Amino acid sequence: MNAQIPMIETVHLTRTVNGKTIVDDVSFTVQRGEVATIFGPSGSGKTSLLRLINRLDEPTKGTVLLEGEDYRNIPPRELRRRVGMVMQQAFLFPGTVADNIRFGPRQWGRELPMEEVERLLAQVGLTGYADRDVAQLSGGEAQRVALARTLANEPDVLLLDEPTSALDEGSKAEVESLIQHIIRERGLTCLWVTHDVDQVVRMADKVIVLEKGRVVQVGTAEEVLRA
Amino acid sequence: MLSVWMHDPLYLGLAQAGVVIVLALIATWIARHYHIHMEREVAIALARAFVQVIAVGSVLLIILKGPLATGFLILAGMMVLAAQTAARRAKEIPDVFRVSLYAIAIGSGTIIILMTWVGVIHPRLTSLIPVGSMLLANAMNTSALALERFRSEVKSHAGLIETALALGAEPAVAVAPYVEAAVHASLIPRINSLRSLGIVWIPGVMTGMLLGGSDPVYAAVYQFVVMGMIFSVSALTSLISVLLVRSRVFTPAGQLLLRPGPARK
Repeated sequence: MNAQIPMIETVHLTRTVNGKTIVDDVSFTVQRGEVATIFGPSGSGKTSLLRLINRLDEPTKGTVLLEGEDYRNIPPRELRRRVGMVMQQAFLFPGTVADNIRFGPRQWGRELPMEEVERLLAQVGLTGYADRDVAQLSGGEAQRVALARTLANEPDVLLLDEPTSALDEGSKAEVESLIQHIIRERGLTCLWVTHDVDQVVRMADKVIVLEKGRVVQVGTAEEVLRA
Repeated sequence: MLSVWMHDPLYLGLAQAGVVIVLALIATWIARHYHIHMEREVAIALARAFVQVIAVGSVLLIILKGPLATGFLILAGMMVLAAQTAARRAKEIPDVFRVSLYAIAIGSGTIIILMTWVGVIHPRLTSLIPVGSMLLANAMNTSALALERFRSEVKSHAGLIETALALGAEPAVAVAPYVEAAVHASLIPRINSLRSLGIVWIPGVMTGMLLGGSDPVYAAVYQFVVMGMIFSVSALTSLISVLLVRSRVFTPAGQLLLRPGPARK
């Protein structure tokens, strides 16, 4: 693979809903293995941008290049497997933890063996949880299951939409360090949406600052915070 | 008593109508005594109902003398009106009128044609129109129920559906639980009607046949036949409605169109 080609490149990405532009001409690149945080106040278009990159919404203008390939040329299901997304809320499917972990691979006709389910659960610190009903999980546990469920698809890129914002302080720190560990271990390219400055400092190789849907600054955490 | 004095069915019917109008006015007068005023509404409703029903009777008098094909034409017209009514219940769904029309036409059309061919519905207008319209009315209600339930299920589970999509699921897989819920919910009234048939209620067809002097056992069996047809039409219509609408709530790129909040353009 060519190291020069960015893993993700947004090209004049724009989305207008009911006449209001919520993502406005956004262009940036994220290299393979890089962790980029998308930082900005509420309503700045962070989640909307992430949804566009996962193609859950359609851009009004512009596009996204995945390793140089226009994502409109990649079948949406294949794109979403390669670009995994963890949402702000866990949204677990009714059933057991193992059912949830197996959901993604099952879409490709692959039944994940129990050892692999256990291995993924061990990675997110939930050893022995496979047979538990998801209704019995705490918020932090549910968010870890959601992360393991996304990882089961073996994505190249991980989109994280404020994955710790709904958690209490204790769970927040745990889940954050867990995600950081997994990203580094797997060499994942990551776009992490947050409005927490401390999280930006701890996590980001690159910071993309959004305001009213537009990119107002791109740089390292130090450069951005100094400005 | 009336039949002793009146032998002409038209005069007898008018006299019977006069009796029930007096009855309704007495009920209204009793309500008025307790300061519940509905005189104007009752008077207008009675007048409208009488004129409408006389008009329908007169039209039927002319139509029922026509060829059998007239019946199918009338039912086709009714299908369009039924689809419009059902579509009004789930306006947010793209292309909902066409979905309702196809579902009602295929669901009720198939059963009506098949049952007429087999001989369960007598191949004459006096059978085809009343039984066919009854099946159509049920198809309309079931389609409306199924579409409305599917719409509300999808909107309230948008997060789960998009999570499934984000994990690479086909749109049909992502909404499968809500397809099942919508079809099931729309058929509950029909299943309940079947269950309570003859115990809690004696439905219209059987009542009509008994009043018309039919054999009670045959009237009962034919009512069961009608209920069976209603259930089949409803099941088929509900399934077609939801399966057709399933693909319409997604874009070709598998993006969910029905989400909470105002419609997105």
